Amino acid sequence: MLNVDHLDVWFGKPPEVFHAVRDASFHVAEGESFGLVGESGSGKSTILRAITGLVDSWSGKIEVAGEAIHGRRRSKGFHRTVQMVFQDPYASLHPRHSVDRVLSETLKLQGMDDIDARIDRLLAQVGLGSGFRFRYPHQLSGGQRQRVAIARALAAEPRLLLLDEPTSALDVSVQAEILNLLADLRRDRGLTYVMVSHDLSVVAHMCDRLAVMRAGQVVEIMDVATLRAQAPADQYSRDLIAASLGYARS
Amino acid sequence: MTITTREWLLSDAPQTRRQARLGALYQGWLTFRANKLALVGLVILILLVLIAIFAPWISPKSPFAQNLGGRLQPPSAEHWLGTDALGRDILSRLIHGSRITLFIVGTVALVAPVIGLFIGTLSGFLGGWVDQVLMRITDIFLAFPKLILALAFVAALGPGIGNAVLALALTSWPAYARLARAETLSIRKADYIAAARLQGAGPMRLLVGHVWPLCVSSLIVRVALDMAGIILSAAGLGFLGLGAQPPMPEWGAMISDGRAFIMDFWWVAAMPGLAIFVVSLAFNLLGDGLRDVLDPKGAKE
Amino acid sequence: MTAPLLSVRDLRVNFPTRSGVFEAVRGITFDLGRERLGVVGESGSGKSMTGRAILGLVRPPGKVTAERIDLQGQPILNLPEDQMRAIRGQRISMVMQDPKFSLNPVMTVGAQIMEAYRLHARATRAEARQKALDMLAAVQIRDPQRVFDSYPHEVSGGMGQRIMIAMMLAPDPDILIADEPTSALDVSVRTEVLRIMDRLVQDRGMGLIFISHDLNLVAQFCDRVLIMYAGRVVETLAASDLHNARHPYTQGLLNSLPRLDTAVDRLPVLKREASWRDAEILTPQPGGL
Repeated sequence: MLNVDHLDVWFGKPPEVFHAVRDASFHVAEGESFGLVGESGSGKSTILRAITGLVDSWSGKIEVAGEAIHGRRRSKGFHRTVQMVFQDPYASLHPRHSVDRVLSETLKLQGMDDIDARIDRLLAQVGLGSGFRFRYPHQLSGGQRQRVAIARALAAEPRLLLLDEPTSALDVSVQAEILNLLADLRRDRGLTYVMVSHDLSVVAHMCDRLAVMRAGQVVEIMDVATLRAQAPADQYSRDLIAASLGYARS
Repeated sequence: MTITTREWLLSDAPQTRRQARLGALYQGWLTFRANKLALVGLVILILLVLIAIFAPWISPKSPFAQNLGGRLQPPSAEHWLGTDALGRDILSRLIHGSRITLFIVGTVALVAPVIGLFIGTLSGFLGGWVDQVLMRITDIFLAFPKLILALAFVAALGPGIGNAVLALALTSWPAYARLARAETLSIRKADYIAAARLQGAGPMRLLVGHVWPLCVSSLIVRVALDMAGIILSAAGLGFLGLGAQPPMPEWGAMISDGRAFIMDFWWVAAMPGLAIFVVSLAFNLLGDGLRDVLDPKGAKE
Repeated sequence: MTAPLLSVRDLRVNFPTRSGVFEAVRGITFDLGRERLGVVGESGSGKSMTGRAILGLVRPPGKVTAERIDLQGQPILNLPEDQMRAIRGQRISMVMQDPKFSLNPVMTVGAQIMEAYRLHARATRAEARQKALDMLAAVQIRDPQRVFDSYPHEVSGGMGQRIMIAMMLAPDPDILIADEPTSALDVSVRTEVLRIMDRLVQDRGMGLIFISHDLNLVAQFCDRVLIMYAGRVVETLAASDLHNARHPYTQGLLNSLPRLDTAVDRLPVLKREASWRDAEILTPQPGGL
């Protein structure tokens, strides 16, 4: 579904070039859920931005559903295959657009018909009744906003969903609801997920395999059983797991 | 179960598009209403509009009728605000002058911010060389004092109220362009723009549908606050004889007429001055109130 | 038992809004000794507002009322601003969530620490400078001289938070209120920052109020935990007993966390009940606040 080979992403122009991602390679099979973990600045979100064309200074090979993509331009078909959910639901919804406007614009852009019925169906799918349809973002809680953002991503009926820390701005009880929703959607629709997170337990819960990133490089790719057993091969991965288990009193 | 209109409007769960829109408007009105001074400004401006509309019916005399026998009369029962050097009733001239003031304000308020919004958002959104070119042009306009530049324009185009308005509009857009560009730069990188991009939205759609609605509110506030300055500039042009031409009852030109007698016949210059003062103040108060509504982060919590 | 450092009785914070009065904090009572007290709750539970209310930082139109807030026996509730300023920083300090917004971007780190210190202590520039360097060293900054001369944008997030702690601790306060001090930090840096705070609290005998949304972290780091829900404390217990919590809210929060060591098919979702808003406070021993 998604092949990333020798991906380099950089920012700035010479002589001040900052390499956010260096030589990253990973492959995600259809229907799989793949995690990208690492600390801030490790380049994990940048990979998603390169895939979606929000960053154009990259080299290497990215293949989505068998089709190679280049530079910044993306075809209409690409947007129908790949969608993204952003980290902060307070920043990813336009403050002056109602839920109705967000979803209907999206559906129109995707060339869908029967928009009214589709909006109601989308809202039902993400666990919001049609009573939420005419609300503005400020009339929604953080969890509800993230549900709207998920509905927006689902509107195109994509096969690959990129999740950029979808729950890190939410309370733990709301996080549980959103993670359950994402798990249900994946099961029902056979979606492929690529999930970026700094929270190893969230990744352990959601993903089948994961890549550990550090300073732009993929340190190690492991399956989730290795993570749960806390037995990765790499020292940095082990340190990361130990640190995320919490604070041990000295 | 019945609910009041107020509850229906303030509902956090609107059921229809109409309810959501009206609710948002009502919320704005409540915020605006809380600012008493802004309400005063709004009332003054509504009065001004009414006066302008009904000027021929409410003005006691003709604004142009001269009476050289009764020139420079002090305020009296017959001439509430006195008469000018040609014996014309000052009150009637002020009432008719409100039309000219509104024309100036209205035209400038329509033209300048629109040019500014267009250039500013385009510049901020596209960046690169477009930004460079547009902003250097803006800088050139900003490098001259507004009134001097307007004077140059009017001198080139010829005196007259229409050219004065045009000159004012042409000299006041750069400030709006700068403002719109700054807003656009902060919006451009936002996640919701990225999200719309991922739906395949093109640059035009992003600019008009997503960037503009967020820039417009701060522009409206800025325009309302700038109105006072525009009225004063227009009056300044009138005062220098480059704006409205005699015998048009433009307030600035009226002050200019009265300045020769200001020591002995103060009301000739003071009355139009007072009118300019009140209307400018009203626009400032209104702008403050609009800022509370449209740009909450700029005012208070 | 010695007198508590801080004694709070029936603290309330209200905000008037268009649709009535919003009660952000609804009657909180606790004592703080020389200990690490965790305050846990979700966003909107009033935990941050509690910290701000103690320091008199609730902005109008918010109103703070309480039966009393005593700092070592001295009432500090709604003191005039000039007296409150003498207490803030010198006797009670606060570390905020994100160091990026708490440090002045146009002053060097050293100048800011010196200023914070000289505001409260009569010290010459040289003394203040020495103190600032000592404090930077105390928060495990390897090259204090270099950091002293740098600007906030030149340091990393973890370093910034250490600088904040150094600045807050320079006047030797009795109490430190830390509002989500590690939420913006990476896990590896988080551990270091916590260790520094832990040592300082132990060495100086400070009282620490540690406000956080992270139950596991609080359980591991603190001595005692208050769990807040809808502006009230619903349960208070020893941190080591957190996993034996009795209140369904506390249990629900703990259960809704995904776990690293074991797999669950679905995460249990917290069902909120209206009765929690006003129910009895659960404490392990009666009156054991």
